Amino acid sequence: MPFKINVNGTSSTVDAPPEMPLLWVLRDLLNLQATKYGCGIGQCGACTVHLAGKPVRACLTPMSAVGTQPVTTLEGLSADGSHPVQLAWQDIDVPQCGYCQAGQMMSAAALLAKTPKPTDTDIDSAMNGNLCRCGTYIRIRQAVHKAATLASAAPARNSGTKVR
Amino acid sequence: MKRTEKTSMERRSFLKVTALAGGGLLFGLAEAPKAHAQGRGGPPAAPPDPKNFIKIAADGTVTIVAKNPEVGQGVKTMLPMLIAEELDVDWKSVKIEQADYDESRYTGQSAGGSTATPNNWTPMRQVGAAGRAMFVAAAAKQWSVPEADLTTASGKVMHASSNRSATYAQLASTVAGMQPPALASLKLKDPKDYKIVGKTQPNPEIHNIVTGKPIFAIDVKVPGMLHAVFEKCGVFGGKVVSANLDDIKKLPGVRQAFVIERPDITDAVIPGDPGLENGIAILADTWWHANNARKQLKVTWNEGPRAAGSSIKYAANAEELAKKGPQRTIRADGDAEGALKSAAKVVEASYSYPFIAHAPLEPQGATASFKDGKLEIWTNSQIPGNGRRMAAQALGITDKDITQHMVRGGGGFGRRLNNDYVVEAAYIAKQAGVPVKLLWSREDDMAHDYYRPGGRQDLKAGVDASGKIVAWKNHFISYGEGERFVASGAMGPTEFPQRFVPNYHLGASVQPLAIRTGALRAPSSNAFAFVIQSFIDEMAHAAGKDPVQFRLDLLSAGGDAANAPGVDAERMKGVVKLAAEKSGWGKKTLPKGTAMGIGFHFSHRGYFAEVAEVKVDAAKKIKINKVWVAADVGSQIINPGAADNICQGGIVDGISEMMQEITIEGGKVQQANYHQHTMMRLTQAPPEIEVHYLTSNNPPTGLGEPALPPILPAVANAIFSATGQRVRQLPLSKSGYSWA
Repeated sequence: MPFKINVNGTSSTVDAPPEMPLLWVLRDLLNLQATKYGCGIGQCGACTVHLAGKPVRACLTPMSAVGTQPVTTLEGLSADGSHPVQLAWQDIDVPQCGYCQAGQMMSAAALLAKTPKPTDTDIDSAMNGNLCRCGTYIRIRQAVHKAATLASAAPARNSGTKVR
Repeated sequence: MKRTEKTSMERRSFLKVTALAGGGLLFGLAEAPKAHAQGRGGPPAAPPDPKNFIKIAADGTVTIVAKNPEVGQGVKTMLPMLIAEELDVDWKSVKIEQADYDESRYTGQSAGGSTATPNNWTPMRQVGAAGRAMFVAAAAKQWSVPEADLTTASGKVMHASSNRSATYAQLASTVAGMQPPALASLKLKDPKDYKIVGKTQPNPEIHNIVTGKPIFAIDVKVPGMLHAVFEKCGVFGGKVVSANLDDIKKLPGVRQAFVIERPDITDAVIPGDPGLENGIAILADTWWHANNARKQLKVTWNEGPRAAGSSIKYAANAEELAKKGPQRTIRADGDAEGALKSAAKVVEASYSYPFIAHAPLEPQGATASFKDGKLEIWTNSQIPGNGRRMAAQALGITDKDITQHMVRGGGGFGRRLNNDYVVEAAYIAKQAGVPVKLLWSREDDMAHDYYRPGGRQDLKAGVDASGKIVAWKNHFISYGEGERFVASGAMGPTEFPQRFVPNYHLGASVQPLAIRTGALRAPSSNAFAFVIQSFIDEMAHAAGKDPVQFRLDLLSAGGDAANAPGVDAERMKGVVKLAAEKSGWGKKTLPKGTAMGIGFHFSHRGYFAEVAEVKVDAAKKIKINKVWVAADVGSQIINPGAADNICQGGIVDGISEMMQEITIEGGKVQQANYHQHTMMRLTQAPPEIEVHYLTSNNPPTGLGEPALPPILPAVANAIFSATGQRVRQLPLSKSGYSWA
């Protein structure tokens, strides 16, 4: 059935069953492939996107639950890599394979939007649902702190969800 | 210890230069055919085609081809760094281009065994140096000056006394007509002059990764393609008897559904990799539609004989085999039994470790298009050449009919050394008649891996009155048939501490296995280091010696190592001392319940010793406070930032393995997803991992694998020191432990 959906500030209509997870609507219908499939059961966090600014697992979010809430994917943080989280991830050179990092960055961006100066404890609870099979956790933690510093230097960009 | 650098370029090599239509140039490594095949008189090896690595565009852009599969190990940065260094161009002017698969053009293209560095260290530098030499020669000719008076920097040739300079792009037309130099004649840079190598260079894909560009195999799209899933029997080798395909075809979004009967492959082209299995392909408009349709599948399977596979039975069989003693002897030095009788102290212990899965975060998958007898395929295979051979055989075409694109893989860890999913995609695309993107579910991946084989080792060793190990016996109980071990399930005759103990006996027994096995990052070492380095720790405590000093003494007992295979004792002692020094071993007072443990291991030409500081609370919750890594991988760390990242990842990976277990009942794997086969999370991983390199006068070797094995015994030995409880069985959960 047709759904109206707002992703990264753009409205589209997609023809999808109500139970179809947002992950596959993004990847296979809207051609937004930053969001990754890793487990399909909310264990790995590779599919993390923002729904109305809150981090959710797109693999477990059916289309029927999205409604009019705006969706933000990694592509929507910024296309040019200028969001503080993207800048920090580049600066620290976090990834090895990079497959989990879209989800990591979306969890980090949601954290910073709510908690601009996160402590290590804040980072623990925000990021613990995102697995990194390559084990880049030390750099992920560094990058979240770095992103907080960059965001405070440029407060206008301190938002995980940018609605154009 | 000095060792001369050996080049892997045994064949006479030369540079092939080709003028490009756009005014640029291509330099490529090409090898002349060997005059005679080595060994037992087969036909001479066919001459490979010239392979191209460097393009200098008219506008000065330097494009360097990265030839190996990238699965997160950083090879797409590292190999081009070697070329750029000797070519003498600025790294910021370099564009990196991923090669397609074609070993006749590029030489070896695989990701496995931590071989990229040792195999390419010299040839890739020679490719760059040959390019530089030709620009120097071109300038010398243009200016009529001796080559010796010319220097290069930043993609330019300079003549200081006349204050002349020319960019490589300006010299390109002169170079095009020149004869390339013989690679062996080239003088390579003194490492002290390096501008690129030895300096941290970022991942060339970093911007694509942080902006979510479609760079992974799962992201490949081909016009008109359908999304495919492939349902296989939970028992390896099981076959479809019947299925409700007519019902499936009616489901929303489903376009095709069909049974694939494995073609009769009597002679597997890749030993140990059966490739295509029997199963049901469902093709739909989206992957979700295809995968969702599987829920409605009603299949009658003929599970076949492997349905008898059972972890409970394997453990019981291993117990029986242990009682009977080794089926055969792998190695016997001296008289272990006799030496045990006269030893001052004898320690006996049985160790075991489970099957575990690779579970790279990107599930297996490939995209294939088959038209007019030709296959085009996009894969993240770690050995694309094997995938091509297997696909060619399964489709009844030749290697030349296949174009294979090498796409970034979301992790590898050895899983993508096997090409079953590549053959599946190819076969499904051919049968479907449309391009197909095959993607496995996580559950498919967990159920159809090539698992790290489990095993059991029953050890008995003795020390003399001075605390020296005088006898070592190991009954290695694995899987296989007769004298054949399953893949990655063998122990060789030089396994440590062979050569360091005068009376050494290694015996082996095997039992048949119903599942597939294969290489997991640091294969065999990832299990053996846990056993051997834990047991050495037991010996140290039995002898009343400090575990570090005991190890140094053991490593000193091997005599002259210069011509012995395996461990170079001096290099290993170097890293053991470095790990002890950096961790403050024996010098710190740690709180009750917190302790350090050490382990070392040699694998993939790398020497690693690691210390873990571990806290164990009353509820047996384990926190790894900090890890110190000491590594000797030769004279040069090529990309230091990436090297640290890989070493730290190896530590996290190794610790994760201590809680993982795959079990089998009814021939089927019982774990389905990450909740049942866990990996460390951010809060569980060590918050600090220090990596220290001991540079030695040896050619550089790889880091992807050898950093992993020592961390398992380092943690297990720390648990012993913290609690007095010796861990002899993995996963740790069997002894009641969990991560804090």
